[in-house]
Amino acid sequence: MDLHLFIPEITLAVFAVLVILIDLFVRDKSWLRLVSLSGLVIAGGIAVAMWKGLDCEMPRYLFNSMLAVDEFALFFKMLFAGIAFLVILASTDYVAKFSRFQGEYYALILLSTLGMMLMASAADLISLYIALELTSVSLYILVAFLKDRKSTEASLKYLLLGAIASAVLLYGMALVFGATGQTQLGAIAQSVQSMSISSITGNPALLMGIVLMIAGFGFKIAAVPFQMWVPDVYEGAPTTITAYLSVGSKAAGFAIILRIFYSAFGMPDWLSTNWGTIFAVLAVISMIIGNVVAIPQTNIKRMLGYSSIAQAGYLMVGLATLGFASAASIQGQSTVLFFLASYALTNLGAFIAIIAISDKIESDNIDDYAGMGKRAPLLALALTFCLVSLIGMPPAAGFMAKFYIFSAAAQNDLLWLVVIAAINSVISAYYYLRVVKVMWLGKPASEEKVPSSGAPRFALFVCCLGVLLLGIIPGLVMRLSEIASRLISF
Amino acid sequence: MNSYYLTAILFLPAVGAIVIALISKKDDTLIKRVAAVFTGIPLIISLALFIAFDRSAGMAGVMQFEENYLWIAPLNAHYHLGVDGLSMPLVLLTCFLGFLAVLISWKVHERVREFFAWLLLLEASIIGVFVSLDLLLFFIMWEIEVIPMYFLISIWGSGRREYSAIKYVIYTLFGSAFMLAGILSLYFTTNSLSIVDIANQGLGAVQSIMPAAAIFWLLFIGFAVKLPMFPFHTWLPDAHTDAPTAVSVMLAGVLIKMGGYGMIRLCVSMFPDVAIDYARLLIVLALIGIIYGAAVTLMQKDIKRLIAYSSISHMGYVLLGIFALGQVSLTGAALQMFSHGIVTGLLFAMAGLVIHNIEVRDLSKLGGLVRQVPVIVAVFSIAGLASLGLPTTSGFAAEFLIFLGSFNSTVVPYAQVFTIIAIIGVVLTAGYILWMLQQAFFGPAKEEFNKVKDADGLEKFYMFILVAVIMLVGIYPAVLTDVIKLGISPVVNLIGG
Repeated sequence: MDLHLFIPEITLAVFAVLVILIDLFVRDKSWLRLVSLSGLVIAGGIAVAMWKGLDCEMPRYLFNSMLAVDEFALFFKMLFAGIAFLVILASTDYVAKFSRFQGEYYALILLSTLGMMLMASAADLISLYIALELTSVSLYILVAFLKDRKSTEASLKYLLLGAIASAVLLYGMALVFGATGQTQLGAIAQSVQSMSISSITGNPALLMGIVLMIAGFGFKIAAVPFQMWVPDVYEGAPTTITAYLSVGSKAAGFAIILRIFYSAFGMPDWLSTNWGTIFAVLAVISMIIGNVVAIPQTNIKRMLGYSSIAQAGYLMVGLATLGFASAASIQGQSTVLFFLASYALTNLGAFIAIIAISDKIESDNIDDYAGMGKRAPLLALALTFCLVSLIGMPPAAGFMAKFYIFSAAAQNDLLWLVVIAAINSVISAYYYLRVVKVMWLGKPASEEKVPSSGAPRFALFVCCLGVLLLGIIPGLVMRLSEIASRLISF
Repeated sequence: MNSYYLTAILFLPAVGAIVIALISKKDDTLIKRVAAVFTGIPLIISLALFIAFDRSAGMAGVMQFEENYLWIAPLNAHYHLGVDGLSMPLVLLTCFLGFLAVLISWKVHERVREFFAWLLLLEASIIGVFVSLDLLLFFIMWEIEVIPMYFLISIWGSGRREYSAIKYVIYTLFGSAFMLAGILSLYFTTNSLSIVDIANQGLGAVQSIMPAAAIFWLLFIGFAVKLPMFPFHTWLPDAHTDAPTAVSVMLAGVLIKMGGYGMIRLCVSMFPDVAIDYARLLIVLALIGIIYGAAVTLMQKDIKRLIAYSSISHMGYVLLGIFALGQVSLTGAALQMFSHGIVTGLLFAMAGLVIHNIEVRDLSKLGGLVRQVPVIVAVFSIAGLASLGLPTTSGFAAEFLIFLGSFNSTVVPYAQVFTIIAIIGVVLTAGYILWMLQQAFFGPAKEEFNKVKDADGLEKFYMFILVAVIMLVGIYPAVLTDVIKLGISPVVNLIGG
C-alpha cells in the first residue's frame, strides 16, 4: 500500500477534524479560517509536488484499484483546492451572518472538497459513489446554513432531488455491473470491448445503465432536463455556497463523467458516438433553456444559476467531442479541463463580487445594483470583466475556453453544434450586459460607497488576474490539461 | 526580420488607456493631453511606416514590418503582425482618425476619464484587426472592439442610446458567431491559423473535407454585418445617430472598413473561385444597398441620421468594387474605404459641431447659417461635395476607379449594366447632399442663431487637416494607389482577371 499517494486527502480530513476541535476551545473564530486555508494550501501544494514527482514507475492505484492517482486526478485536486481556498477567502465577512456553527461551516467545506478530490480519483463504481455522497451530503447541509425559509427550502429541495438522482445513478451502476460483472472501470472497459456488437445492442441492461448514469450525473452538472433544483438552490443558499456549488460541484461532476465515459465506455467507437450524440442533444437544450430563461430573471443569483446551466451546455459540447473523436484523441478531455479551469475562475470572480456587493446593500435584485460603477468602482469593474468572460469575449479566459472547446468540436464533425453554441453566446450577451448596463448607467439609489474588506478583494483580484492571464497567455494551462488528459488511467 | 513598430502602434493606445485610468479623475486637461500623446505617437509612427513602405513592384503581396512569435503552442497560434498594401492605408487612417477623435472630443465634460480610456481601447482594437495576420488574433481584436463601443454609445450617446448600443452589440456578435464558425472550419481544414499561409497554399485540401463555399459564407456574414451590407444594415443608422461625435467618426471612418477589409483579406483572397461564383449575387445586393441607401437618405430629417444612411450607400460602392473582382475596381474599393473614412469622418465631425454649437439637429429647423458660422458651413460644404464625388476630391478618385473597374470587369457577366445602375446612385447622392446643404445652411438667416459661435482654433485645426487630406488624395491619388495596388495585385492574380 502506498499511502503517501493519499496524503492530500488525509491532510484535508485531518484539518477538517482540527477545525471542529479548535472551534470548541478557541474563542477567536478567525483562527478557523486560517487553519482551513492552511489545510487547503498544504493539500494543494502536495498535489502540485506529486504532479512533478509522478513518473511511470510509481504505482498509480490505491486500495485495490479503487482510486487512481494520475495527472488527471491531480489536475482536479489542484483545481478543487484552489476553488475552496477562494471560497473560504470570500466567506470572511459572510460568516458573520452565522451566529453559531462557524467551525462546522469551514469543516464541511473541507469535507466536501475532500469528496470532490476522491471523485476525481475514483476508478471504481463503488468508491465513486461514496465520494459523490460525501460531497453531496456536506453540500446539503451547507445550503441550509442560513437557516431562514428560503435557505431551508433550498436545502430540502436539493436533498430530495439529489437523493432521487443518486438512486437513478445507483440503478444505472447496478445495471452496468449486471451486464459486465465488474465495478472497476478498467475491468468494465475490457468486458465491454470483448463483447460483440450484437451482444451489446441486444443487451438493454448495459445501454439502459449508461443512460441512467448520464441522468444521474446530469443532476450534478446541472444539465437540462435535470436542472430543476438549480434556480431555487442558487437563490436560497448562502451566496458563498452558491459560488462553491456552481464551480466545485460542477467540475467534480465533469471529472467523473470524463473518467467513466473515457475509460469504461470510450471504446468501441460506435458506442462512444452514441453517447456522444446524447451529450450533444443535452448540450443544445441546456444552452438554449439556460440562456433563454436567464433573460427575464431579476435576481442576480437566479440569473447566474441559469447561466451556469448554459455553461454546462458549452462544456457538454466538449463531452460530445469526446464521444465523436477517435479513442486515441485527447481533444475532448483537454478542452473540457481548460474550460473548467477558466469557468471556475470566472464564475468565482463574479460571485465574489456579488457577495461583496449584495452583503452591503442587502439585496440580490439586479435593479438594486444601479450605479454600482460609482458606489464601488473596483467591484463593478471586476464583475463587468467576469461577465464579459462569461459571454465569451476576449481578452478574457471565457473566450479562449470557448475557442478551444469549439475548435475541437469543429474538428470532429460537430460544426452544427458549434454554430448553435456560438449563437447561444450571442443570446447570453443580452442578459449579462444588462447587469453591466445597470451598474454603469443606472442611477444609484444612494451616493453611499460600498466598502469591501481585504480578503474578498484579494480573492477577487486573484480571480480577475487569472481570467486575464488565461485569456491572453493560455498556453501553460492548455499544456497542463493536455498532459492531464493524455495520462488518464483506468 | 522582427521589428517592433506595429506592436508599438497597436499597444500604445491601450497603454494610454491604462495610464488614463490611473490619473485622478478631476484632472480633465491632463487626461485629454495624455490621450492626445498616446494617439499622436502611433500616428507619427504609422506615417513614418507609410513613407518607409517599400513600393517597388517586387513587394507585391509581401508583408512588411512583420513580427512573428509563437503565442499559444497547443493551438499553433502566433502573434503575427504585418502590413501590406491593403492594410497600410487603413492602419494610417485609423491612427489619423484616432488622434483626431481625441481632438474632436476636447469638449467632452462628462465622465472624462472613462470616455478617453474607452476611446483609446477602441482605437487599439481596430488597429489590431488591420495588422493581425493570425486568425485567432484577428478574431480577438474583432471582438474586443465591441465592448468599448457599447460603453461609448450607451453612456455618452444621445437619444435612444441604450437601445442603439445593445442593438449594435447583438448584431456584431451575431455576425461574429458565424465568423467564428468559419474561422474554426478554416483552422481544422488547413490546420493553420496563419492568414498568409492559408491564402498562399490554396484550398485544394479544404475542399476535400467541406465545401469551400460554406466557409466563405460563414466568414462573409460576419463581414457583411460590419460593412454593413443590405439587408444587415439596420444597426448602423441607430448606432450612428445616437453615438457621441468622436465615436461616430471612428465608427464611420474606420470601424465599418473592417468589414470591407475582411472581405478582401479573407473571403476573396482565400476563396477566389467561390467569390467568382457568387459575384453577381453580391453585386446585386451592393446595388440594392447603393440605391436603397441613397433613397432612404433623401428622406432623413436628422442631420446625423442622414450622414449615417449615406454611409450605407457608399459602402455599397465598396462592395461593388470588391466583387467586380478586377484590378482597377478592387483598387477603387480600397481607395473608397480610405476616402470614405476621411470624408464621412469630417462630415460627422462637422455635424457634431453643428449640434454642439447650435443645439439643433433637425434639418428643417436649421437654415441660413452661412452668414453666422461661415467656417463651419464652408468646411461642411467641402465635405459634402467630396461625399458626392466632385472631381479634385478623394471621393471622385475612388468612385471613378470603382465604376471604371466594374464596367470593364471580365469576371462578372453584364457588369456594364450593373455599373450603369450603380451610377444612378451618384445622382441621388448629389440630390441629398445638395438638399441637405441648402436646407441647413442657405436661405434666409434666422435670428435665433445670431449668437452661435463658429469653430474655434482647435476645431479649425483638425478641419483643415482633414480637408487637406481629402484634396491631396483627390488631386494625386497615386500617393495611396501606389501602395494599394501592391496589396491588390496578388488577389487579382488569383482571380485571373
